[in-house]
Amino acid sequence: MDKAPLLQLTGATVRFGADAAIDRVDFRLFPGEVHSLMGENGAGKSTLIKAITGAIPLDEGVLTLDGEVVRFSSPHDAQRVGVSTVYQEIDLLPNVSVAENIWLGREPRRLGVIDWREMRSSARAILADLGIDIDPASILGTHSLAVQQLVAIARAISTDVRVLVLDEPTSSLDLDEVAELFRVVRDLKQRGVAILFVSHFLDQVYELCDRVTVLRDGRFVGEYLTRELLRIDLVQAMLGRSAAALQIRPRAEPEQERTPYLSARGVTARRGITDADIDLYEGDVLGVAGLLGSGRTEAARAITGIDRLEAGIIRIGGHESSLKGPRSAMSLGVVYSSENRRTEGIISDLSVLDNITLALQADRGVFHRIPLTRRRELAASWVEALDIRPADLDRPAGTLSGGNQQKVLLARLLALSPRVLILDEPTRGIDVGAKVEIQNLVAEMASNGLSVMFISAELEEVLRVGDRVAILRDGRIAETLSSDQLTVDSLLALVARPEDSDG
Amino acid sequence: MTTAEASLQRTSTVSTRYATFMSRHASLVPTFAAVLILLVLLVGAQVQFENFLTPGNLSALLLDNAYLVVLAVGLTLVIITGGIDLSVGSVMAFTGILCASLLSQGLPAVVVVPIMLLGGGAIGLLIGVLVQYFNVQPFIASLAGLFLARGLAFVVSLSSIRVEDPAILWLQRTRFTVGEWYITPTGIIALLVVALGAVVMQWTRFGRTIYALGGGEQSARLMGLKVARTKILVYVISGVCGGLAGLLLTAYSGAGYPRNGIGTELDAIAAVVIGGTLLTGGTGYVLGSLVGVLVYGTIKKIISFMGAEQAWMQIIIGGLLLLFIVVQRVIVARSQRRT
Amino acid sequence: MKRIVRHRLFWPVVALISLIVINTIARPQFIGVTVRDGELYGALIDILRNSAPLMLVALGMTIVIATRGIDLSVGAVMAVSGAVALTIIDGSPDPEGVGTVTIAVVTALAVALVLGSWNGFLVAIGGIQPIIATLVLMLAGRGVALLITEGFITTVNSAPYSFISSGYIVGLPVAFLIAAVAITTLALLERRTALGVLTEAVGINPAASRLAGVRARGIVFSAYVATGLLAGVAGILYSANIRAADANATGQFIELYAILAVVLGGTSLAGGKFTIAGTVIGVLIIQTLESTILFLGVPAAQSPVFFAIVVIVVVVVQSPQLHAWVRKLARSRQSANTDAPQKVKVAS
Repeated sequence: MDKAPLLQLTGATVRFGADAAIDRVDFRLFPGEVHSLMGENGAGKSTLIKAITGAIPLDEGVLTLDGEVVRFSSPHDAQRVGVSTVYQEIDLLPNVSVAENIWLGREPRRLGVIDWREMRSSARAILADLGIDIDPASILGTHSLAVQQLVAIARAISTDVRVLVLDEPTSSLDLDEVAELFRVVRDLKQRGVAILFVSHFLDQVYELCDRVTVLRDGRFVGEYLTRELLRIDLVQAMLGRSAAALQIRPRAEPEQERTPYLSARGVTARRGITDADIDLYEGDVLGVAGLLGSGRTEAARAITGIDRLEAGIIRIGGHESSLKGPRSAMSLGVVYSSENRRTEGIISDLSVLDNITLALQADRGVFHRIPLTRRRELAASWVEALDIRPADLDRPAGTLSGGNQQKVLLARLLALSPRVLILDEPTRGIDVGAKVEIQNLVAEMASNGLSVMFISAELEEVLRVGDRVAILRDGRIAETLSSDQLTVDSLLALVARPEDSDG
Repeated sequence: MTTAEASLQRTSTVSTRYATFMSRHASLVPTFAAVLILLVLLVGAQVQFENFLTPGNLSALLLDNAYLVVLAVGLTLVIITGGIDLSVGSVMAFTGILCASLLSQGLPAVVVVPIMLLGGGAIGLLIGVLVQYFNVQPFIASLAGLFLARGLAFVVSLSSIRVEDPAILWLQRTRFTVGEWYITPTGIIALLVVALGAVVMQWTRFGRTIYALGGGEQSARLMGLKVARTKILVYVISGVCGGLAGLLLTAYSGAGYPRNGIGTELDAIAAVVIGGTLLTGGTGYVLGSLVGVLVYGTIKKIISFMGAEQAWMQIIIGGLLLLFIVVQRVIVARSQRRT
Repeated sequence: MKRIVRHRLFWPVVALISLIVINTIARPQFIGVTVRDGELYGALIDILRNSAPLMLVALGMTIVIATRGIDLSVGAVMAVSGAVALTIIDGSPDPEGVGTVTIAVVTALAVALVLGSWNGFLVAIGGIQPIIATLVLMLAGRGVALLITEGFITTVNSAPYSFISSGYIVGLPVAFLIAAVAITTLALLERRTALGVLTEAVGINPAASRLAGVRARGIVFSAYVATGLLAGVAGILYSANIRAADANATGQFIELYAILAVVLGGTSLAGGKFTIAGTVIGVLIIQTLESTILFLGVPAAQSPVFFAIVVIVVVVVQSPQLHAWVRKLARSRQSANTDAPQKVKVAS
């Protein structure tokens, strides 16, 4: 029997400036089902959710709830008709009690004042209904994130929710907490709630969800039933194949024995990477492949000293080094380009000139100012070398396109004459032409003797740029292979293979 | 069961009781600390100067600082929302001198007092609108309010004006005595304000919205709470409290004086922080601020008993404020590390 | 022409010139400068001299604001500095001696440096919010000043000390020259060293700056030390002017005037890009405004009202809300037909 979708989006388009964050996307949620929305960063997942829950309006397309066209002007609007969201950053109040978090805004009142006893007992009832055993009078902030999430769900239930959106709910939960969450979700499923489960953990999606919709580059790729979809097909749908011409970089014959310039053993850092061994050789590019959450960024930040190492030894140039932060890493020739270009990379109000020369200047110290002419010379040469457009040194860097901003960041790092270059998703959100440019630049730098670590979500890119590929899964390095031995399909399979469960 | 097991069970219920209490009322701990400090001060002073803890002295403790109590209540509400109001001392001076001036021109007290409260509320409204609708940082907006009120105070009069109105003077001169304890109407007003504040904060949606604002404005808005209205009202209330404090101070000193209250906002902030309200917002109790004012008053009295200069007052209060701030910061840092 | 109008100093300069023009129309002797015994006198000269303490404090405030901070304790530091200097002079056997005055000044400045470091420590190392951290000194500082002067207003007759505020060198007031030296030093520091661009980087994006290897902590710490030192000099100027150390009145409300000067000059309170020249103009605007108000016969004590109005107007004009309303107004006048909802770019 085919039931009708409870919530449906048809031809949804949302534009930011000239780019479409989602482009003519169709999406439907059925009652009593758990539906997962999947796609890599920049695929349009969060935009789609914001459109469904009323946080942003649609430029094109129609949203219907129970067959009727609806237009939400605020998340509060959506809440009122039964569409609730539980965000990753819990949108509750950590400083007041659990009961208040459930009821505030509709709290029971007697003679004009708040009836605390009634509020606590009805909160207890709702929590018990979901099988959550916590004290409703306790302050929300005293509970773990997992419990806070459950309280957020409890609040949603107390409002007669029909559609519940869970945005990356399991990112900070341990296995027991995940199991508890799943139990609650299945309970809600039984009651006929339509649940949208957004997560990048494949295992969890397969365990919990009935249906999967895949987005890529803002477009709808397909809607599948999880029991009919092979894992590898799902990953292929998410990552796809890019349209850029493949251009295999001519690889120099690797010498038989060579010592790595940077050698990391047993690297473990808080919540993300465990027991990783990484070797970076001069003139060699190590591609890092793995899904979101597999530990890519954590590995990079650990070996550049930005995150504290809980375990592991890093040897640079043969000497054991303890990296205490970006400055010490830079002094050893190790530089890092963050995946958050906007928040941790470009200083948007400063000019291109100042951005490029920033690290160099910081290295020289406050009192040894690089003369203006020298700075302009340096910056101009980098602008030319990397073809940064527009070639205006005095423009605020924030006005450049994503691709050019990334080049400015690269210029900043390269100006330090580093030995090791660690790039975290440098081509994310960049148009195809600029992507290829940056890939070629990376190859060129490797030919000049640099050791490069290149993290990317796009498998093709990893293969094209990398001489070797390290495959990460669930916070560990599963294998490191020469890219000669890999094709996109075989790499796909390695990235998607489920973790063997331990007993 | 063996005695060891029994005692183990007993300690476990004690520890679970403690855990439950802490999970419900952890934010009361700083206020308890304030009460403890107050008791230590009082007892210590009594030991040092034998005639410290007399009913007369203790009564005076409240009444000498009644104006500060009222200011602290309004300020507590503002600080819990995560804001700050640096204008309260100047508003107090402005409304005080306005009161004295209008009275001296023959207006009856019945008319003058509401005007005072309205005046204070108007300045509060200005600050609230700047903060809410123009996204001005609270401390800039309230500094502008400070300037405005201070200047207006001198516009009303450049020098002090005595108050002869019997109704106003009655507020201070009358004493209701119980044995050697006494209280004046000003004291009663102060206590009523505290009581009203406590009730509103604990039992009305408005009060809970104030806490919600301190917990997260976005979240509060998502919950459908009236964020804009509450934020503006909070500053209005602080302004009205400033006006009321002006009344109390004028009654106390028998005159309006445009130079009053310079620096009083800092004393009020210190009292609120000592009383257990976090300057970062979200937690705090009106009753705690009352305790904070009493601590302030006790320290002041101790200093005068010691014959030391009043300058020590500012240093000690500054030091206490620093201590509380550092402790708050350490607690926050530790809880952040845990998550 | 457009380049000139868009320049961020354009409006402040226009404001200042307008004020001067209005004053000159009202009292033509305003721009008159007379020379007596090789020394310049006149209303304009008065403004240059009297603005010196505020200038020093505002310069420091500019740097601190650029790092996304604030320093509310500058008035208290002024009070302490004046108290220290005057107490030393008062207690010395030779109050008229240049040596005594030098020791007094150096000690006072040293104390101011320590106080600035205290603030810097709390903010840069302790991670405490700048408003709160400097609030402590704002409170306690005046108490310390009162203690040093033992509650009295210490008056002192010391020619060398008074020279600092009322003397002349090469025809110009010493106070003005001191302020000029401070301005020049800071401008040189900004131009000749990397301090300017590194401070701006820290203020705009502390996380990215740290990743780029900038010593954020050191820069923030130095900003507060510098402010403390500048406030110390301001305190000496002020006490030299009134020949007394009045712990309560010294630098009263100067924090707000300094912040106002910074804002008038075009530096954003949110941190990042800053302009020394803008602050200088801002200070001159305030001082000229003060002079205008006094000339109009308004008692000095009432002038805060005018400045409150100026603050309110400036922050309202600068607020994004106003720009949004103006844009909405302009757009609704253009296209009365479309009712497309206003979209705000949401960070994904």
